[in-house]
Amino acid sequence: MIASSDDIIIKTIARIFVPFIQLYALYVIMHGHYSPGGGFQGGVILGASMALLLITHGYDEVKRRFPENVVLLMGSVGVLIYAGIGLTCLLLGGNYLDYGQLSVILHVEPAHARSLGILGVELGVGFTVMAIMYSIFFDISTGGILPGDDKLNGELEDNG
Amino acid sequence: MNIPFDIIIQLFVVMCAIAAITVRDLLSAVMILGAYSFFMCLMWAQLGAVDVAFTEASVSAGIGTILLVAAVLKTTRRTKD
Repeated sequence: MIASSDDIIIKTIARIFVPFIQLYALYVIMHGHYSPGGGFQGGVILGASMALLLITHGYDEVKRRFPENVVLLMGSVGVLIYAGIGLTCLLLGGNYLDYGQLSVILHVEPAHARSLGILGVELGVGFTVMAIMYSIFFDISTGGILPGDDKLNGELEDNG
Repeated sequence: MNIPFDIIIQLFVVMCAIAAITVRDLLSAVMILGAYSFFMCLMWAQLGAVDVAFTEASVSAGIGTILLVAAVLKTTRRTKD
């Protein structure tokens, strides 16, 4: 079970660093179509920042900021954004993820619509990757046992 | 192409790979694997594949090391063989 760290140096450094890590991750996502990086890499960096917060500040603090149902919701909403943009292009008469067709509903020229479409897709990928990376780390480090599951916890300790 | 830089980086990659599978302490093996990922990242960047280098640095050296450390902490730190 992940508990809060006792070391004030580690907690302070992590508290200062986490916003900058998340800002850099958002930069990587937003500039994914101009420069190296993109939704996947930015989402991984966002997930790593949440994992750092979980290691240093413990489960109770992270649960207050980023609860389990929000993790699931963000993972699902990211897939929905990706598939939604793709299907919108399909409904407007193009191929799947053919962003040029979005110019009809966005009222911009097709080249600009392609830029906005790939940005939306990368935002969706970033949300999903962040939620799933955080979820994988959380499940590995806790074994899937939360503090509320006292009965299950006791059974495992008896067996172990 | 920068031949001496290439040779040094490839030497470090091979050294890290051999050390990661021979060391007895599993936490040390995970840390050496992280160093291996960073040298691979430098090699991708040297070869001109900046996007691959970025992915290697963030995924393999970043979140992969964190996941492996979590797995080592949940199991044993010493190898049996």
